[in-house]
Amino acid sequence: MKNIDSISHVTGKSVYLDDIPVQKGTLNGAIFASSVAHGKISHLDYSKAEKISGVERIFSYKDIPGKNQIGGIIEDETLFAENEVHYQGQPILLVIAKSEYIARKALSLIEVKFDEYEVITDPRVAQEKGQLLFPPRTFKLGNTDDAWSKCEYIFEGKVENGGQEHLYIETQGSYAYPIDNGSLRIHSSTQGATLVQKMIARILDLPMHRIEIDVARLGGAFGGKEDQATAFACMVSLAAFILQKPVKIALNRHDDMRMTGKRHPYSSDFRIGLSKDLKILAFKATMYQNGGAASDLSPAIMERTLFHSTNAYFIPNTEVTVYSCKTNLPPNTAFRGFGAPQGMFVIESAIAKAACQLNISPIIIQEKNFLKEKDEFQFGQIAENVNIGKCYEISKKTYNLDLLEKQVKEFNTKNIDFKKGVSLMPICFGISFTKTPMNQARALVHIYQDGSIGISTGAIEMGQAVNTKMVQVAASVFSINTERIKIESTNTTRVANTSPTAASSGADLNGNALRIACITLLGRLIDTAAKILNCNSSEIEIKDEHVFRNNQKTEIYWEKLIETAFLDRVCLTENGHYATPIIYFDKTKEKGHPFAYHVYGTAITSVTLDCIRGTYEVDDVKIVHDFGNSMNTIIDRGQVEGAVVQGIGWMTMEELSYDKAGKLMSNSLSTYKVPDIYSAPKNIEIIALETKGPELAILRSKAVGEPPLMYGIGAFFALQKAIKAFNPKYKIDFEAPLTPEKVLMRLYQC
Amino acid sequence: MITFILNNQLIQTDKPAGKSLLDFIRYKADLPGTKIGCREGDCGACTVLEGQLNGKEVIYKSIVSCLTPLGNAHGKHIVTIEGINMKHLSPIQNAMVENAATQCGFCTPGFVMSFTGLAMAKIKPDKKMTIASVSGNICRCTGYKSIEKAADNITTVYKDKNVERPVEWLVQNKFLPDYFLNIPNRLAEIKDSEKSINPATRIIGGGTDLMVQKPDEIYESELNLFFNRAELKSIKIDNNCCIIGAAATASDLMQSKILCDIIPELKDFFKLISSEPIRNMGTIAGNIMNASPIADLSIFFIALNSNIHLNDGKNKRIFPLKDFFLAYKKLNIKKGEYVESLSFPIPDRGFLFNFEKVSKRTYLDIASVNTAIYLRLSGENMIECSISAGGISPIPLFLKQTSEYLTGKQITNGAIIKANTIMQEEIAPISDIRGNAEYKRLLLRQLLFAHFIKLFPKKISLKELVS
Repeated sequence: MKNIDSISHVTGKSVYLDDIPVQKGTLNGAIFASSVAHGKISHLDYSKAEKISGVERIFSYKDIPGKNQIGGIIEDETLFAENEVHYQGQPILLVIAKSEYIARKALSLIEVKFDEYEVITDPRVAQEKGQLLFPPRTFKLGNTDDAWSKCEYIFEGKVENGGQEHLYIETQGSYAYPIDNGSLRIHSSTQGATLVQKMIARILDLPMHRIEIDVARLGGAFGGKEDQATAFACMVSLAAFILQKPVKIALNRHDDMRMTGKRHPYSSDFRIGLSKDLKILAFKATMYQNGGAASDLSPAIMERTLFHSTNAYFIPNTEVTVYSCKTNLPPNTAFRGFGAPQGMFVIESAIAKAACQLNISPIIIQEKNFLKEKDEFQFGQIAENVNIGKCYEISKKTYNLDLLEKQVKEFNTKNIDFKKGVSLMPICFGISFTKTPMNQARALVHIYQDGSIGISTGAIEMGQAVNTKMVQVAASVFSINTERIKIESTNTTRVANTSPTAASSGADLNGNALRIACITLLGRLIDTAAKILNCNSSEIEIKDEHVFRNNQKTEIYWEKLIETAFLDRVCLTENGHYATPIIYFDKTKEKGHPFAYHVYGTAITSVTLDCIRGTYEVDDVKIVHDFGNSMNTIIDRGQVEGAVVQGIGWMTMEELSYDKAGKLMSNSLSTYKVPDIYSAPKNIEIIALETKGPELAILRSKAVGEPPLMYGIGAFFALQKAIKAFNPKYKIDFEAPLTPEKVLMRLYQC
Repeated sequence: MITFILNNQLIQTDKPAGKSLLDFIRYKADLPGTKIGCREGDCGACTVLEGQLNGKEVIYKSIVSCLTPLGNAHGKHIVTIEGINMKHLSPIQNAMVENAATQCGFCTPGFVMSFTGLAMAKIKPDKKMTIASVSGNICRCTGYKSIEKAADNITTVYKDKNVERPVEWLVQNKFLPDYFLNIPNRLAEIKDSEKSINPATRIIGGGTDLMVQKPDEIYESELNLFFNRAELKSIKIDNNCCIIGAAATASDLMQSKILCDIIPELKDFFKLISSEPIRNMGTIAGNIMNASPIADLSIFFIALNSNIHLNDGKNKRIFPLKDFFLAYKKLNIKKGEYVESLSFPIPDRGFLFNFEKVSKRTYLDIASVNTAIYLRLSGENMIECSISAGGISPIPLFLKQTSEYLTGKQITNGAIIKANTIMQEEIAPISDIRGNAEYKRLLLRQLLFAHFIKLFPKKISLKELVS
């Protein structure tokens, strides 16, 4: 089944935030933000700006009736700066005017002076100075201290990964207007409707029931609208509530890039120990997460780094520590993978370093250490239905990995101007929010008298086609045509207390809630049919839009059944509630069973490097992916392809650059490059591993949003091999992204 | 009064000429299908088509509406996604749906418009061309493979395309609504706008730089619109010189038979310059006047020993392009003067030319370093050599000493190694967002090597040069 929005997408009829028809008299906002990364506001005068014709009002923290606080996990982030600023781009004031143009004009008349403080952008420097956002955490298995003496080989190294700009093509935005009874309705481009609702209530000192959040769809999010959409929704709500007028902000790209947080850069140290037969006996890593100026989602992201720090390997003695370091950058945030990519990059670097020193292919080490059934993760969960070995075996055979490695070697012997490299990237990614209480969802189903169905869930559509999957779930339970089903916008008055659509779990959680609701309704409809046919309910089945009795098709078709049920005063509305069973996690011990299941897979990446110019192309990414029993192969494959290219972007051309004063230099699309159609791999092949899929996945179809992003890490190691093939003097290092600049410098390193 | 046809509707507006066409489309004409992504021509979400009357037919091109000054729309047919929608999907829209080439959908109208723009050209596009038509469109969701499949499907439909009358064929084959057939007549009724050059007002060409750098200033300024001036668009040969009008776009250059005859690889070189819609808009004078030290066209034409022609309404000045750039963003141009054209002597047969550019992303990116070389040989000797380079000095630089050194030399690895030593003395790169100074030095060395490896693969090898 195709994405249900496809037709409205290709005709430009899909409505995004800035396309919502605005009410008469709608005002626009522009944000006055800090131009320094750290300092005290010594002077602030906006009287001139207020006098411009068309400026309605300028808001500061003093105008907030409730709490000037939008920190979700930890309350350490103000909506507007009060006395101090902690990053460039931190909002100080909000100008509301008759047009965005006037609001922007007013910004230029605001006078501000700062007493500047020392700026820290490096997480290691922050850690040395004791600047942590919250205490560090360590996950441990076995005992690394004892294990080193048993190791034949021990290697150490340093790993750096850059951040990543989400670059959803639709920027952040929100539109708020007053409705009856002193309430507000807010359209927000957010992944987390309830979070936005809760923060607006906090800012305005209102009960949550007076704040209605409505989300139709997002023009991309990738984690960037999980927490970071909140501030802009709070701002328009503040203005709309106080002025009692409709107010909209749709950020321009430069403001979006400089004000919002990104994927966390990490700087890490590792130590890896192997036995003579290349079993990894011990792994120790210390990682410094660059959290930015406030906690945002960093505590949860840190946690996922720890969960995935050994990727798809069993390492009997593991000790990994993450420090979340406070720096003068915008608060870094969720981005597809959520800390796992950073963790996986470190263990893969450690393996690459060991392989290089031992002069062998890293694949030899990788395959010897894959996770096996009943192995224990460093967080206590016992691995079940482990598919990494199967993925690897299929990959090795179908894609002829040995031959590929041989061909690359031959190519590199024959050619000087061009070199090739090939790598294997395994993944193992846990599904569930690691914070157990978030693993719940609800769905509201109305069957209308005419047999059509309206569904509301907490899931937010952002291109991943979760709404399409919801249609499939309902259609499969009722056995009716998908045309009968409509998915409503995500609205907090219909589905309350939602978890953000994140952690790849949107379809699992909301789909299961929906399934529960549909099954209950189906039971009532079967009873109705039994009543009509004067038989036992157990004889009834609904198939292909008809009632069947003892496998015999009856005259009763769907509309007739619904009409009868309605006239018989049967309830045709149901609310389903789902909470993922089994999972728990004990933070005091750092042990538990946090994941419903894991997603596995392998990617073989081949690259060709132009050794004259330092430019490169990704030739192939050959994947074996564990979809479970995919409920929608075309959509799930689309998720894999999109994630792979985004992961490759992170490892290659996507380079965030801040100057020493904490100013974002890569602040536009002309300076921050994401993959275009020519930089996508020439060929992406995907083989679906055949399994029946886990029970806890919706219709046994595994979550697919995040895991394949990490296949992109393979591009780094393939490029590294190609560089080494050209320049044997290259001392391998681990500094991503591997831009054409870094590649050329390494090709000619002496 | 700015007058144009927007989809099926005649527009007459007194809005400022410097208003962005995108804002007009979305907020005045209430057509929200055209999206705002970046407002700097780097994402393609706002792609629309611009049709211009040429005799009895209308020639359509894709443009980014964010950087198009409203005034440039005068006399044109502007087509948004709403303007191609019919009761059924077009084969292009259908291919996007069938191949799941849309996920969040925000970039999708831009892709559809770019594909449609190519369909309207007087060619039978192959898959490569179809993909090239979306070189200016960024999709953050799909990873492009599904879009490539859609491109493949679209291409197969062009088998029996009538390349002489593409619009009629597209209407017959349900790519376009039938109102398109009457557009030529309707455009013919729109009168040309005022054409005198007022030297006191700001000149703007395609808008691809000024609309990025100073949109509010352009919005507020009285403008001197150069883009639609036919007399400034011609590419001709006169007295063994090729003369290119100031308002000729990069696409005009690529499609010029005259230029492609002189430099057969021109199309390949120009693919490295921005993207299809930006090339359809950006003018040669705009690229030069921008004074960027990495302006691709400046680098390209300096190596060809081009002259710049300035005019102040009374007097003309003609001098070498390489002398036009005085210091960072400082040009040898007086108040009231404007660029009228660029010319270069057509080299004798047997000359060699190469253009190299490296950026973080190969396509639709600004160069870290770019360079062009022009060579003429007599036997084994280089009797003429001129090399230009960008990104390594405050101005687009003619590498005078390097060029002089190589002139008269035999083509040997040794001579090129020595030329690099001289070149390194001649340049002064700085560290910036496009790369560190050290990198730019190394990169320019490599690109100098690349020129010779490419031009003389049998004589020159990387191995010899770097050993």
